[in-house]
Amino acid sequence: MIPNFRFMANSEKHSITLQVNGHPYQLELLPWVSLLDALRENISLTGTKKGCDHGQCGACTVLIDGKRKLSCLTLAVMQEDVAITTIEGIAAEGNLHPLQQAFIDKDAFQCGYCTPGQICSAIGLLNENKANTREEVQDLMSGNLCRCGANKGIINAVMAVKQSISHE
Amino acid sequence: MPNQQSMSNEPSIGQPISRLEGYHKVTGTAKYAGEYNAPDLLYGYIVNSSITKGKIKSIDTTEAKKMSGVVEVFTHENRPSTAWFDFQYADMDAPPGTVFKPLKDNDIQYNGQPIALVIAETFEMARYAATKMQIVYEEEEFETDLNASLDLVRKPKKGLASLLKPPPPKPTGDFEKVYQDSFVRVDNHFSHGTEHHNPLEMYASTVIYEGNGKLKIYDKTQGTINSQLYVANVFGLKMKNVQVISPFVGGAFGSGLRPQHQLFMAVMASLALKRHVRVTLDRAQMYLIGHRPPTLQHLKFGADQRGKLNAIYHKAIGETSQFEDYVEIVVNWSNMLYPAENVRLEHEIVPLDVYSPLDMRAPGGSTGMHAIEVTMDEIAYKLQIDPLELRLINYSEIDKSSDKTYSSKELRSCYLQGAEKFGWDKRNPAPRSMRRGHKLVGYGMATGIWDANRIFGRAQAIMTPDGKVEIKSAVTDIGTGTLTIMTQIAADTLGMSIEDITFSYADSKMPFAPIQGGSFTTATIGPAVQNACHALNKKLFKLAKNIKGSVLSSSKLQDVIFKDGFISLKNNLDQKISILEIFQEHGGEAIKTTNSAMPNPLTYGKKAKAVHSAVFVEVEVDEELGTIEVKRAVTAVAAGKIINPKTAESQILGGMIWGISKALHEETILDHQFGRYMNANLAEYHIPVHADIQDLEVLFVDEEDHFVNDLGVKGVGEIGGVGIPPAITNAIFHATGRRIYELPIHFDKLL
Repeated sequence: MIPNFRFMANSEKHSITLQVNGHPYQLELLPWVSLLDALRENISLTGTKKGCDHGQCGACTVLIDGKRKLSCLTLAVMQEDVAITTIEGIAAEGNLHPLQQAFIDKDAFQCGYCTPGQICSAIGLLNENKANTREEVQDLMSGNLCRCGANKGIINAVMAVKQSISHE
Repeated sequence: MPNQQSMSNEPSIGQPISRLEGYHKVTGTAKYAGEYNAPDLLYGYIVNSSITKGKIKSIDTTEAKKMSGVVEVFTHENRPSTAWFDFQYADMDAPPGTVFKPLKDNDIQYNGQPIALVIAETFEMARYAATKMQIVYEEEEFETDLNASLDLVRKPKKGLASLLKPPPPKPTGDFEKVYQDSFVRVDNHFSHGTEHHNPLEMYASTVIYEGNGKLKIYDKTQGTINSQLYVANVFGLKMKNVQVISPFVGGAFGSGLRPQHQLFMAVMASLALKRHVRVTLDRAQMYLIGHRPPTLQHLKFGADQRGKLNAIYHKAIGETSQFEDYVEIVVNWSNMLYPAENVRLEHEIVPLDVYSPLDMRAPGGSTGMHAIEVTMDEIAYKLQIDPLELRLINYSEIDKSSDKTYSSKELRSCYLQGAEKFGWDKRNPAPRSMRRGHKLVGYGMATGIWDANRIFGRAQAIMTPDGKVEIKSAVTDIGTGTLTIMTQIAADTLGMSIEDITFSYADSKMPFAPIQGGSFTTATIGPAVQNACHALNKKLFKLAKNIKGSVLSSSKLQDVIFKDGFISLKNNLDQKISILEIFQEHGGEAIKTTNSAMPNPLTYGKKAKAVHSAVFVEVEVDEELGTIEVKRAVTAVAAGKIINPKTAESQILGGMIWGISKALHEETILDHQFGRYMNANLAEYHIPVHADIQDLEVLFVDEEDHFVNDLGVKGVGEIGGVGIPPAITNAIFHATGRRIYELPIHFDKLL
């Protein structure tokens, strides 16, 4: 079902500034543009993926002030004055984040389409510090679907990084 | 000539090399079809029919067109003309019949049929304007229920597609008589519902309008040349003016074997408006582009006292659309595995008012093998023979259905190694005999089989003066690891390191590759890459010989090795000529060669060729709630040479998870009152999440095969999913004593 957008279609464009991966982006947007579409279509940061546009698959997960959020379920105009991190901002100066490297090493993807969301979600999960066991990690990563069936590799990758952190 | 010229000390084939495109996939720099931006790109949104069958009486686009930013609305009334003839719409995977043509006329043949395309300057406006269409329909009676329409059952038409999907073999022996006289008889009916591919990336085509009838298209597809052919034929364009590129494909599982509607729509709009256009489907529309058909099966197996099968009857009835006769190979498998003498196999279809079904991961095999292997389990119980023992009693080195020996078949090793790894011997055979607290524990096993095919493919090898090599083929990599594997094959054939090879792919301008499906890509494109590399070596050697005073002048190709930028004599490695020197003599031009590979038509059909697996599963069933968990599973696979154990393991694991999903989770439910899928979204179409996936293990048994192709590869794309659903069903029986014949098995079926 397509929601009734009449109100938003008749609205004026808003001038907003999004802080994405440490850079300010000035945009003129109608209020009905989701953060996901703003990132992909207006800033050309297509690393954040659209798998359902309904908050059901997790492919669009980004970090907002370090917390994982579904960018398809929030409007861009609501996300000023917060720090948005997308998959493009995870590798610091060309060095892969340990999770990114672990995803490669553990073959935690096949087609790669859910991968940015899985990685952002896993970083958010590590920040939350709630999941202690493999079962808890599996549970708290379950909002991120993978249709290729790379689940084992994904959880292996998250567990490897989690363990390396706890050993530090 | 298997790897004759390669003497590399460390062959890359057999090494668990990480995916070469991994960096792009973990950093978000991997770009998929709907992610190519262009100046002033237009966005298209497809409007779907809300009725199942009838006519569009009127379609009023006035209001939609008035919306600010809406550029055009295409319907059957104003669409540009396209090709006349049916065959011009046929793609490489088209079943016999009439290909569906979007916006052809006002006829509605299935619910959700695309009936208009709104083009606007933004995605949001296109989607919004789509709600402003005023459409009046004239509805007709329709039928979408397979069970209610069995009186319409008929034999499928044959066509080109029947080549890769042969009809069941003719009956042998006297099934009825031998079955009636059998010591043990099992007579079972099976069914499963509709399933949808649901790749996580939604279908998208970005069409870059380059002027003068030239298009560059970023398309989500499993065949760049398939899409190119379709666009050129349908829109009357020259093949050379249509370039289709699909560097990254966000999952497909068969759904990209045919050009999808968004490709037609985006190309139509781009040509009409002379603009860059992107059309992306939304998730609900992903349920309107093909599906695994709901299928009914009837099996009657007869066996003697020792468990030897002597009579097999297997009939399948699958759903299809009113316009194409879709079939899959459901019933051919049992006699390929078990050498019964009296066999009757039948496959029929029922045309309904739905869109055409479409090959979906292990099409037919995962359907048929479920019924076959559950029936085998029942025979084992009736005779009180261990289910694994029953498979060994019926083991055959030949494919009885064709009376051909297998080119290789290490299924016995799969059974034995898989059973050992799993701990099958710890199983108490009595149902409901094993438990863990309030959970019933069940062990189940099953066999898997899939064809090992290869067809025609091409590849080009180009060596540049820096000694580096680029390999090109139009083949896609849908997450299968094709890029990595082809690079490994090229490196080993050339005696080079993978760092010096670039594999360029997924572009229709490159040498021919068929659609990527059916587990035949590595066996088809791999040998083409190998042939191109051999030919390149030959060219280099010839040039090296012709250099004045060449130390190789009197040697033959088999006397030399190619390694580390030199061609050297095998028996005197100091006698060598550098690649650099060859290029200097050659005038510094790149050296190119394009080569084909295909099976030898005289010999290829003389043997049966298949991959096999043995699957062992442990389930836990909550005695009170009926909830089912797959605690662990082991799949042992015999699939010839494994080029890359890392990516191959992932392929099998993915298949296993598809098997778990088919057995316990996924199903699309049609409301036959409306003719519409009711759960067309990822919240209500259940697939396994991380929490559902526990201890899964894969092991590859050694299998040498010099017949299938020079690489000895068979393909691992489908086999992982074939044996899991029956193994789970059998484990549930072992746990609960309840035999369930319908998939998926949800807890309510156990209450």
